[in-house]
Amino acid sequence: MITPEILDQHNISPEEYERIKQLMGREPNFTELGIFSVMWSEHCSYKSSKVHLRRLPTTGEALVQGPGENAGIVDIGDGWCAAFKIESHNHPSFIEPYQGAATGIGGILRDIFTMGARPVAAMDSLRFGPIRDEEVNESKEQTSAKSVARNRRIMAGVVKGLGDYGNAFGVPTVGGEVYFDGCYSLNPLVNAFALGLVRREQIFYGKAEGVGNSVIYAGAKTGRDGIHGATMASAEFDEAAMEKRPTVQVGDPFSEKLLLEACLEAMRSGAIVGIQDMGAAGLTSSSCEMGARAGNGVEINLDLVPQRETGMTAYEMMLSESQERMLIVAERGHERQVLEIFHRWDLDAVIIGNVIEDQKLRVLHKGELVAEIPNLALTDEAPKYNRPMKPFAVASENVSPKIAAAISNLQSQISDSAGGLMTEALRRLLASPNIASKQWVYRQYDHMVRTNTVVLPGSDAAVIRVKETRRSMAMSLDCNSRYCQLDPREGAKLAVAESARNVVCSGARPLAVTNCLNFASPERPEVMWSFSETIDGMAEACTTFGTPVTGGNVSFYNETEGRGIFSTPTIGMLGVIEDAKHITTQWFKESGDVVLLLGTTHNDLGASELLSVLTGEATGAVPKIDLAQEKNVQQACLKAIQAGLVNSAHDCAEGGLAVALAESCFSSYGRSGIGAKLDLTEHAKLSGLADSTTLLFAESPSRIVLSVKPDHVSKVKEIAAEVGAVVAVIGEVGGEELTIACNGETLAADSVAKLESIWSGALPQALDRPLQMVAD
Amino acid sequence: MKFGVVIFPGSNCDHDTYHVISKVVGQPVDFVWHKETDVDRFDAIILPGGFSYGDYLRSGAIARFSPVMRSVVEFANNGGLVLGICNGFQILCESGLLPGALLRNRNLKFICEHVNVRVEQTNTVFTSGYNAGQVLSLPIAHGEGNYFCDNQTLAELENEGRIIFRYSTADGQITDEANPNGSLRNIAGICNRQRNVLGLMPHPERAAESMLGCKDGRAMFLSMADALVQLLKARA
Repeated sequence: MITPEILDQHNISPEEYERIKQLMGREPNFTELGIFSVMWSEHCSYKSSKVHLRRLPTTGEALVQGPGENAGIVDIGDGWCAAFKIESHNHPSFIEPYQGAATGIGGILRDIFTMGARPVAAMDSLRFGPIRDEEVNESKEQTSAKSVARNRRIMAGVVKGLGDYGNAFGVPTVGGEVYFDGCYSLNPLVNAFALGLVRREQIFYGKAEGVGNSVIYAGAKTGRDGIHGATMASAEFDEAAMEKRPTVQVGDPFSEKLLLEACLEAMRSGAIVGIQDMGAAGLTSSSCEMGARAGNGVEINLDLVPQRETGMTAYEMMLSESQERMLIVAERGHERQVLEIFHRWDLDAVIIGNVIEDQKLRVLHKGELVAEIPNLALTDEAPKYNRPMKPFAVASENVSPKIAAAISNLQSQISDSAGGLMTEALRRLLASPNIASKQWVYRQYDHMVRTNTVVLPGSDAAVIRVKETRRSMAMSLDCNSRYCQLDPREGAKLAVAESARNVVCSGARPLAVTNCLNFASPERPEVMWSFSETIDGMAEACTTFGTPVTGGNVSFYNETEGRGIFSTPTIGMLGVIEDAKHITTQWFKESGDVVLLLGTTHNDLGASELLSVLTGEATGAVPKIDLAQEKNVQQACLKAIQAGLVNSAHDCAEGGLAVALAESCFSSYGRSGIGAKLDLTEHAKLSGLADSTTLLFAESPSRIVLSVKPDHVSKVKEIAAEVGAVVAVIGEVGGEELTIACNGETLAADSVAKLESIWSGALPQALDRPLQMVAD
Repeated sequence: MKFGVVIFPGSNCDHDTYHVISKVVGQPVDFVWHKETDVDRFDAIILPGGFSYGDYLRSGAIARFSPVMRSVVEFANNGGLVLGICNGFQILCESGLLPGALLRNRNLKFICEHVNVRVEQTNTVFTSGYNAGQVLSLPIAHGEGNYFCDNQTLAELENEGRIIFRYSTADGQITDEANPNGSLRNIAGICNRQRNVLGLMPHPERAAESMLGCKDGRAMFLSMADALVQLLKARA
């Protein structure tokens, strides 16, 4: 008997229950209700986002597979394709950081090799609450000493979880992003990205084709872990969140590695018709989605499912999210071939059912039919909500006076009088965890296994070579969530533009996008409006750059005790570098090279890192981006790189031009730090600006710092003029100091070694300390 | 001449090592499945990096019991060349082909980065292509690379010139600061008494192509190939 309490426990509304009865033509039994609850969860059904996601551009020349499959696929040339996707594992990572993050990377890797692609690179976009003692402020819970200590533990656990899983599996984690803000204090974000390579003719899909074909279960045994994981991830948390720990799965990278090798080998055998991993909602989603995609049904017998523990009910088995499992449809008569390959890799593989004509999911257990549900009722017929939206006024405040006041306040608390106030501001920015070196994180990831990592972590985009071709792939994850929170449409455009710019700076042509849309509760109209605006901004920018969205993931309900996160639409951009000799990094290379700046600077200090570092506030007008101008700047940069004229290229982002210049000076593998002497007079004139704070720290988009040989300056200028991009010479590489002047006045100056030690020391200082015992 | 690269369940540098031997060094190479018991067709065996059997116990502790290892031990005892890289080094220690053990890194974290490694001995078939005292830049990527052995073993290793690589500064100083994982005497690699079995934590296969920023590891494989050419000539 289904009572209102049972419905409530399953997160199913009375209206949804009526719809279930209508679709079934009867009352569901308990197992069927469980199946509906996971398939109709926000996590699996995208019920609040679907009506908006339709507005994203999903077609393009290179596109092979758009949204709707386990991963998106683009053609990268020479018969090779890249399968890539990003997915969130936010909720589990809060409840249990190590396993939550580990299974996050595990899940995304399976999504990639399910398509027939061998994973060759991973990246992670991570967001945590404040981790530094100096940010402790007991007036807010997010920044209490207890929360700060907990944020550090969450971060350490997440990074270790991602590392241990990816390292053992053997995929290099080549890049990503890590940001900190109070809003992530009890809502950390863990978005895992993976990319794999596959021959175009060897792509596999999650389709249960061919009535009478066998359905094979392969991989780890089914246990009681992760039951209702998808439902858990579709609700906000309250103080009892820790009781949800059993909904988090436990990862085993060793099994996953064996599963990868066995799956790729089985795919090569020609006996596999379709394949899908058992991710969220495990057996349930894989069987009904594979049936639905092929217009067939799937019948499975749970008695045959390999089980880790005894006495499991049909309900538990259908809802288990045990990791490292695959559902395979094999050609009738060739099953043995598939089974033998899995057995050779010491993995379980058994036939548990077959493809049926009836478009239903039929589940047998102990001789009884325990569930029979039309596929479409679980997939296409799942509810779609056009939830109420309420616009809010986007921020428009001019924060310049606030910043001016904060800078003059610096005078009294200056740490090092050399260089003056602007130099002090630069030092503080470099010490901010958002800008500081992320080596503490990526040192724990094997970023070189598979010997393709051409650009080591730390530059604008990660670059891996494709051994089979002359090409390389560049990829970047980006989102400035402060912007997205204050002005969702502009913020989304800025995020797409920044990720495209990063990829361009490495010498690549942007190809396609995957996204991970992290938001608070969709039941709040402001959040929903923000989501809708984000989609429109993203659509506009992706159309401008010709980069279709190939899929991704939506994560709602990122809120705990009523406090939500900033809207955080993480963009994953993939680009292709046609020729290895065009691979470019952000670091200055040679003394005597001329430094150029593409683009112009505007009064864009709103929601800047500088404002946050000096005042702790995230307010003000977000930079406005002119997408046409952005495209011109990217064109100029890419053309100059492809003409062989560029020694380094670096985008200006958080912390503005001053931080970008400092980063270009810092040391990199095989190269010591190097100074630069800069004069912004010409750039200031072209930008129509005089204010030194703005010149140094404004975060205007569409700007790229280049360094080129003196002989190449005029050619780069010609290229910029051809495509309509503004460019100015701003100085020269050399010496051991970074000095930035304008109109004959030195604005900031310090030794590169000193700046670099501040920048590289910030995270270790905050994180490498004895763990404090604090009760949860 | 033929190289064999062993695949244990959980090996993940097997393809990388195979790639270097076949494409960079240009020598014949085959994979060896862990269930195989006959390795006579090979002249050199490489145990690659990875996480054999998941390394949930002690690294390499399960792999030493896999069928292929009995043959590898025999192969080594008959003078065959055996190179263990990272997890391969751990397996060599567990199987008794090399003395000592690899403990958890002293900071208790996995570490992936380029380190400087000084070549201590060139009188092995693995290091004949280097100069004594040469400092190499090689990547490490491990959680358990902290070499340890008892005092008597350590004295033997030192006296018999069996410490082949040590972590050093860029100019070849052996300092604690240059020691990434806490290894005894900065040990990065050792060989057996017969000098035909070498284990090291750094990954020479990740530093064998200029496109990856460094070629310092290439000479190790070239040295092995040279030695095999001499050996096969002598046999013929």
